[in-house]
Amino acid sequence: MAWEPHMFKELHQIPREEHVFPGTPLCAGCGGLESLRLASKVLGSHVVYVNAAGCFTNLAAFPFTPLDASWLYTTMGSAPAGAQGVRDALDVLIAKGRLPKEEDLKVVVLGGDGSTYDMALSSTSGAITRKLDFYYFCYDNEAYGNTGVQLSPATPYGARTSTSPCGVQHPAGTTQEKKDIFEIWRAHKPPYMATVSPRFPLDLEEKFARAEEYRGPKLFLAFAACPTGWLFDPAYTPDVARLAVECGLWPLKEAINGTVTHTYIPKRKPVEEYLKLQGRFRHLFEPTRQDEAIRHIQARVDDYWKQVNG
Amino acid sequence: MNQTNQMMTGNLAAAWGARLADVDYVPAFPITPQTEIVETLSKWCGTGALNARFVTMDSEHSMMTAAGAAAATGARVFTATSSQGLLHAFEVLYTVAGWRVPLVLVNVSRALASPITLEPDHNDVLAARDSGFLQIHAETCQEIVDSILMAYRIAEDPRVCLPVMVNLDGFYLSFTREPVILPDPRMVQAFLPAYRPTHLGFKASSPRALGTAVLGGATYSYFRHQNHLASMNALLVHEEAAVDFERLCGRRYDLVEGYRLDDAEDVLIMTNAFASKGKAAVDVARAEGKRVGLLRLRVIRPWPADAIRHALQGRRAVAVLDQNLSPGQGGILFQEIAASLYHEALRPRALCSFIGGLGGKNLSEGEFRAIFEQTAEAGVRGKGIGPVLLYTEMEYREMEQLQYLAHDLKTGK
Ligand SMILES: Cc1ncc(C[n+]2csc(CCOP(=O)(O)OP(=O)(O)O)c2C)c(N)n1
Ligand code: SF4
Repeated sequence: MAWEPHMFKELHQIPREEHVFPGTPLCAGCGGLESLRLASKVLGSHVVYVNAAGCFTNLAAFPFTPLDASWLYTTMGSAPAGAQGVRDALDVLIAKGRLPKEEDLKVVVLGGDGSTYDMALSSTSGAITRKLDFYYFCYDNEAYGNTGVQLSPATPYGARTSTSPCGVQHPAGTTQEKKDIFEIWRAHKPPYMATVSPRFPLDLEEKFARAEEYRGPKLFLAFAACPTGWLFDPAYTPDVARLAVECGLWPLKEAINGTVTHTYIPKRKPVEEYLKLQGRFRHLFEPTRQDEAIRHIQARVDDYWKQVNG
Repeated sequence: MNQTNQMMTGNLAAAWGARLADVDYVPAFPITPQTEIVETLSKWCGTGALNARFVTMDSEHSMMTAAGAAAATGARVFTATSSQGLLHAFEVLYTVAGWRVPLVLVNVSRALASPITLEPDHNDVLAARDSGFLQIHAETCQEIVDSILMAYRIAEDPRVCLPVMVNLDGFYLSFTREPVILPDPRMVQAFLPAYRPTHLGFKASSPRALGTAVLGGATYSYFRHQNHLASMNALLVHEEAAVDFERLCGRRYDLVEGYRLDDAEDVLIMTNAFASKGKAAVDVARAEGKRVGLLRLRVIRPWPADAIRHALQGRRAVAVLDQNLSPGQGGILFQEIAASLYHEALRPRALCSFIGGLGGKNLSEGEFRAIFEQTAEAGVRGKGIGPVLLYTEMEYREMEQLQYLAHDLKTGK
């Protein structure tokens, strides 16, 4: 059965209200911020963001914040545990009559791929196992961005980072494959999970709206094109984000109670089109073309979609 | 109002402290010798004897984060750990102290690996002395209950708003049964009113940001300084709480406790459960006509410098018995005592540093006798000694035997 949106079929249905206001200290063209801005249109302002160390920690820099929601900066490794404390306390205070029900908040973890895939993984696993009712919003810029773009477990094969340079031994840069955090989450059987891209805003809004129906852990992996770390002109953020999906590298999908549905089936352009736009992959084309590495990346994508389409 | 008298372990006493404080939330993670505290609390939460939510977390790092976050949301929070657990939570100790949340953490002191052991010394808790948590160190099971109640009262005072660590010794208190008088809950209510913070809390009607980034050292310095001032305020708030607590429950706790100090020439400084051994040793020495006394440090953060100076003014010699070791330096508390006395015109003639009781190693009567004798000599000479690691000849011979066994017995290698 094909995936059908219920609420967001046309752009004008996206709420006009803004909850992430302009003027943040993040880089121009930050694709992660675009995702957050769109997500917040559905999440609203009755939210507490529990943040892990990363680029988005700069969103709330005393005394300023571009959000009309609450904010708690925790650590890089324990934002999900922070969400646990906030959620539990809200529940207890409401149950004891010390906080009116109308004052309740959605609890949203906000973290980069480094904390999500690596340092906060045991804390996340704990929170999902405890069936914590929270959203996990991961902006995936495929590196430890805030510290200067080092290798993270989300860095894809072939990308150059400041700790996976192209050398004689590894001319293609990163040799590891991107960790499949989606499947790691899915093994925990949360009620709702999705990948999103800001270039597919209707799909994104739809998923946040759908997730609202589920109590328990809800994952959102947001594609976060990063001009600073991926070395492209900020003007190309939309193109990079669109091509990631169209080339099949960033599948748009959803898993409800573990059942995966792809919400958009791309025609699949060659991965080269996506790679060529970014400085972090330039070594695959210049000074000499690294055909084998490019073929490897293409093969991975083909394998993925073969398994999807059966 | 009734106070009930029961025999109980230090761990049970700690659980009772949390129960009497009517806490809302207990995130927990197991570690020996603390487990009996959280097991008891989980049982009470299950039966409804305590109207709180109990959650087993995935680590102490998570436990401490959840504890701080719940306190920041407006709940009264209790948790407990020990040793490696405290160290695993270390990053978060600083974080929650910076959030200025008034939770109470019980630490059941246990020496740190490696080598691994279950028995106590104070390197765990003292490693946390710069985290921003206040620290109260209990000597008896009774003091554990009472200190937890005082800890909430101090932590939640608007002049303080800081988390508090209440320390008790693993095994020597955690599993030692002593008579404990439990205050009547109505008495506790009069001493510790319900927690209704106005400065904390996340709610729909008023968004708040906590723990935000600060750019530029000046903002950071300001917040850190506020942390320091709040900690210093706790000296006064502790005194007020002590007066109220004594009025209601009849037991008095000061920042420091003097034992047979009045006419003492030489003073031995100790903390925690081993201070009871020290007091017994003072009695023995007194019976032999020596003018010695003991000063027990109860509150370590904030550092009660004035109370210490006052207690040590004009003494001949002072010995600090540290149950901890800073390798390459010596005793941690010795350094702090020395710093407090530096500017005193009437400071003791000699300061002596002893290190003992590491990993729960016993302190014998003979060792105390040696401490008193060497301290007295140092006082006469006007020259301090140490750090001296207390180790008896018998213990050393036993150690050699173990080393022999650990080697190849046949070749003796
Ligand atoms: C315990 C700890 N280790 C290291 C850091 C340093 N640090 C701050 S942000 C960051 C990068 C985080 O990367 P990611 O989660 O991918 O988020 P991004 O920076 O890309 O937004 C690191 C390593 C830290 N804050 N805490
Ligand atoms: S480094 Fe990348 S992810 Fe971080 S703020 Fe800049 S553009 Fe966004």
